[in-house]
Amino acid sequence: MLLLERRPVASSVMRWASPLLALVLTVITGFILFMVVGKDPVEGLKFFFITPISDLPGLAELGLKMAPLLLCAAGLTVCYKAKLWNIGAEGHFLMGALGASVMAVQLSAVNGFWVLPVVLLTGVLGGMIWAAIAAGLKTHLHCNEILTTIMLNYIALNLLLYTVHGPLKDPYGFGFPQSAMFSDSALLPVLIEGTRLHLGLAFGLLATVAVWVLFARSFIGFQLNVIGQDHRAAAFAGFRVRKLTWFAFLVGGATAGLAGASEVTGPIGQLVPQVSPGYGYTAIIVVFLGRMHAVGIVAASALLALTFIGGEILQIAMQMPKAVTALFQGLLLFYLLTCDAFIHYRVRLKKAAPQPTSAAVAAAPQEV
Amino acid sequence: MELLTNVLAATVVAGTPLLLVALGELICERSGVLNLGQEGMMLMGAVAGFAAALSSGSLLVGVVAAVMAGIAMSLLFAFMAVTLAANQYAAGLALTIFGTGLSAFLGAGFVGSSIDGFSRVAIPLLSDIPVLGRVFFNQDALVYTSFIAFAVVALFLRNSRGGLLLRAIGEDPEAANANGLKVLLVRYLAVAFGGGMAGLAGAYLSLAYTPLWTENMTAGRGWIALALVVFATWRPERLILGAYLFGAASILHLVLQGLGWKSSTELLAMLPYVVTILMLVLLSWNPVRTRLNTPLSLGQPYRPGS
Amino acid sequence: MGLCMTAAIRLKLENIVKEYPGCRANDGIDLTVEAGEIHALLGENGAGKSTLMKVIYGVVQPDEGRVVWNGHAVQVDNPAQARRMGIGMVFQHFSLFETLTVAENIALSLPPDEARNRSQLNQRINEVSERYGMELDPRRYISTLSVGERQRVEIVRCLIQETTLLILDEPTSVLTPQEVTSLFATLRTLSKEGCSILFISHKLEEVRSLCHTATVLRQGRVSGDCQPAEISASEIARLMVGDDTPISTRVTAAEPGEPLMEVSGLGWKSKDPFGTSLRNVNLDLHKGEIVGIAGVAGNGQDELLKALSGEIRADAGTICLSGQNIETLFPDQRRKLGVAIVPEERLGRGAVPDMSLADNALLTASGQGLVERGLIRSGRVREFSREVIRRFGVRCTGENSTAGSLSGGNLQKYIIGREALQNPRLLVASHPTWGVDVGSAVAIHESLVKLRDEGAAILLISEDLDELYQLCNRLGALCDGRLSPLAPTSELHIEQLGQWMAGEFESTEVAHAVA
Repeated sequence: MLLLERRPVASSVMRWASPLLALVLTVITGFILFMVVGKDPVEGLKFFFITPISDLPGLAELGLKMAPLLLCAAGLTVCYKAKLWNIGAEGHFLMGALGASVMAVQLSAVNGFWVLPVVLLTGVLGGMIWAAIAAGLKTHLHCNEILTTIMLNYIALNLLLYTVHGPLKDPYGFGFPQSAMFSDSALLPVLIEGTRLHLGLAFGLLATVAVWVLFARSFIGFQLNVIGQDHRAAAFAGFRVRKLTWFAFLVGGATAGLAGASEVTGPIGQLVPQVSPGYGYTAIIVVFLGRMHAVGIVAASALLALTFIGGEILQIAMQMPKAVTALFQGLLLFYLLTCDAFIHYRVRLKKAAPQPTSAAVAAAPQEV
Repeated sequence: MELLTNVLAATVVAGTPLLLVALGELICERSGVLNLGQEGMMLMGAVAGFAAALSSGSLLVGVVAAVMAGIAMSLLFAFMAVTLAANQYAAGLALTIFGTGLSAFLGAGFVGSSIDGFSRVAIPLLSDIPVLGRVFFNQDALVYTSFIAFAVVALFLRNSRGGLLLRAIGEDPEAANANGLKVLLVRYLAVAFGGGMAGLAGAYLSLAYTPLWTENMTAGRGWIALALVVFATWRPERLILGAYLFGAASILHLVLQGLGWKSSTELLAMLPYVVTILMLVLLSWNPVRTRLNTPLSLGQPYRPGS
Repeated sequence: MGLCMTAAIRLKLENIVKEYPGCRANDGIDLTVEAGEIHALLGENGAGKSTLMKVIYGVVQPDEGRVVWNGHAVQVDNPAQARRMGIGMVFQHFSLFETLTVAENIALSLPPDEARNRSQLNQRINEVSERYGMELDPRRYISTLSVGERQRVEIVRCLIQETTLLILDEPTSVLTPQEVTSLFATLRTLSKEGCSILFISHKLEEVRSLCHTATVLRQGRVSGDCQPAEISASEIARLMVGDDTPISTRVTAAEPGEPLMEVSGLGWKSKDPFGTSLRNVNLDLHKGEIVGIAGVAGNGQDELLKALSGEIRADAGTICLSGQNIETLFPDQRRKLGVAIVPEERLGRGAVPDMSLADNALLTASGQGLVERGLIRSGRVREFSREVIRRFGVRCTGENSTAGSLSGGNLQKYIIGREALQNPRLLVASHPTWGVDVGSAVAIHESLVKLRDEGAAILLISEDLDELYQLCNRLGALCDGRLSPLAPTSELHIEQLGQWMAGEFESTEVAHAVA
């Protein structure tokens, strides 16, 4: 009989092996899935994982999709380290895009080096305001942040739809629900000529490094960590939990807001209803898969960026539904959490050997 | 009067999927397990129900398939959250993301198909009661199912040994285990019940409410149901009230437009979500009251003897 | 001894072995309990008592060995089976459900058919509780009961199922001296009726007055069997700890100096209807003295500690430290003024289990130059942590070990060392030696006395009356959020302290109350 048994110490090997194992399992499942729906699995997996990154424009596209994921994931890491379950990155992202677009349209007749920073900052502010609502609801009215942030995501989406159908609708847009194109001075510079890769990727990498420094070196990072691991210890130490909660939410809002702003001022150049294919939600997977660590997050964001592009390619090349992307992402997170169980547990093959009890485990070190 | 009756009847219809899924989640949470995967399970129920009904031509087969799909999804969750004692928040989110993707993938071929959904069946005598008869007893079979489900859940929690068991395990799994109660089994059953109800709620959407399948057709109802359980302070009587209240909020824009009130559809479509937040504020601002009502072990991973 | 040698043997354990990853909790234990015998199981924390009880009660299965019940070899698969056989157990941490009533709690542990008829069940509860002198109302909710009453529910729950072996895990640690007397009376009645009792304890005097026989465990093995009434407490203690561990601290007399802290009229209203509110607490502390606060758990000890540390803000009254009002300051601000706190929960409050010892130093000692301009000076953090480990004899693999990997005693030494190294003027310690091995307890007591001699004032909150009498200059007791007067230890009789613990101090005018 297979039994789960708690490890005396958490396995650090498993902590890093688990994401890789999850990826392998996802690929295997994908292989089976392709066979079930009657497509060539080798071909399919190649289209999904290899084709997108086989040339420079492909790699640039990957970087393009990584940028918003990195930014959102950086902010979410700050929240999740403190066990603040902010799943509102999508909403912050949309509000960032909305804020930046409003400003960009206002300044469409203006030229100047300051236009872009102002537009981006408005986006950051938009994200922060949206996050501040959730933070205030949590710290002052004790509302569960999961539910409030998800509701705020839906509200943000409807607000954005309202804006592109109403006040911000391009009068010369043939009735399409979208804003006017932004002026050149409101657009992010392109990093590699001839591709769509823009400065947003640099923002994303910077944010990742900043968050790494925050948790590796700063006392604020330490305090957030303590809040996440042990709320009562944080209260005992006298950390200002409320202030730190606000800090985490605002960072989350700012980075996701910047991601939204970078998206409309980068590859799109205007506000459209489909500004996000779900970056804010996917970033949650990035954070878990990347172990909340800078290196891991960069790798995870590359992988998940790939699922967006791979899904699009499959749709065109093999007539698969676009939902393949979401399916892969869901599978990945699923397997990851399952594999993560083996950080703390191991499987033992033995008949009738029950789990050690809490008291006995606590007592164990004293016995030796 | 005619308008009022129609609006109330539409409220019950709009509240039914919320009631179904929230009843399931209420039982699940009473056992101490928080399943944030409602949205994913509902979507899987909706697509499975629609596909099965379309291919078999039988609505009943559709409903059974939906419930099965919901249970299957919930067992995946239970394996992670109960057996592996994984973080329940993350496992629930995974279930939602996975369910959203899988349902869209499986349902891609069904977009645009249509079936004849459940139709209204007036219950003799009861439906003749003025106003209330039309509101409650001239509905489809799934609405009546939701009434029965409500009664069963309420009675189960109040009067049965099973209900006592469930409450005890939700309060303190450690003590329950010491008392020889089967914590993991009860939690599995509670999660599976939640999954079945979510599947049924999904079937209601794709087989009765708007008998067709579209991606993401739940539009956040799974999440609203989670808020609803908090709103109801884990009591079925308040849950049924809350469900109809949210039902009313979600059809308000239709009513207002019917009355000739001109406003943007997008702005009015926000209403249910705004109402949800307001409800949460109303119910949560006093943390002591929330704490006293919350099943004490809610959301905390537990493995016997670890 | 009243038992004849031919008395039926109720329980016999032969060569019980139970191994956990990394330790052998039970290493070949033999134990025999006769019918109607009150048998003590003695040993330090971690000696293997808990594991052995769990083997008997079917919570865990032994890797080797035999359990013989009334002459038949049995395998106890789970607690439900143990109960059907007639084994009842009262854990130290009660397994009661607070939101359910007494009757509902008892119903849950009975077979469904016996629990169905509620009025009949209520009647049975009343019968049993009256017969053994343990008054109980079956309709009350557990959350409204005192700790002593909850223990009665646990015992009644066992007795209602015709228990012939009752296992009690440290039952007296939560009771006032008077309640202990009445519990012992109940247990003696049970014993006369033929019920065997396995009494787990580390309080030697209690064992000597109650138990017929005793088995002493050390490091998973039986280190001796004895008749506790016939040998001295210190002989038993030697069996428990072995020859090379000091058993008690020599406490030198204190020389209290000038007043340091004055708490007057302190009040705090609990927001939780079942929580304890602090009411008009008055307290004064001098430099170089240890003041002890006795009391049964849940009578406001935790709240008092939090009010002093700053975790909760008092609604009324003042806290004065050397003439400065500190009641509005945050915990870290108070810490800067020299207030150090050692909370009751070592893991999960005093230290973060999954963090390293070095990181745990940072938890309260960040003000010792370990953080500069918001950045952590990790070199200094490690330095500080190593200093604590060295000076306080913390046994661990280094400052990178996680707090959770240390034994209770070693972690407690680390936490006390962390606070002591910050040169506190006031140290508030709650249950510092609870669940700690004897060797560590002695070391902890010595650290407290040393701090006292260096001029710090120490407030010691404890349930262990021996500890309080041994260390403190003055003593008082908390009951239901109110603090009794404080009296010099040498003049305070234990009977009087017991009355204070039960809340009887308003009418009695105590001459020794310090002005």
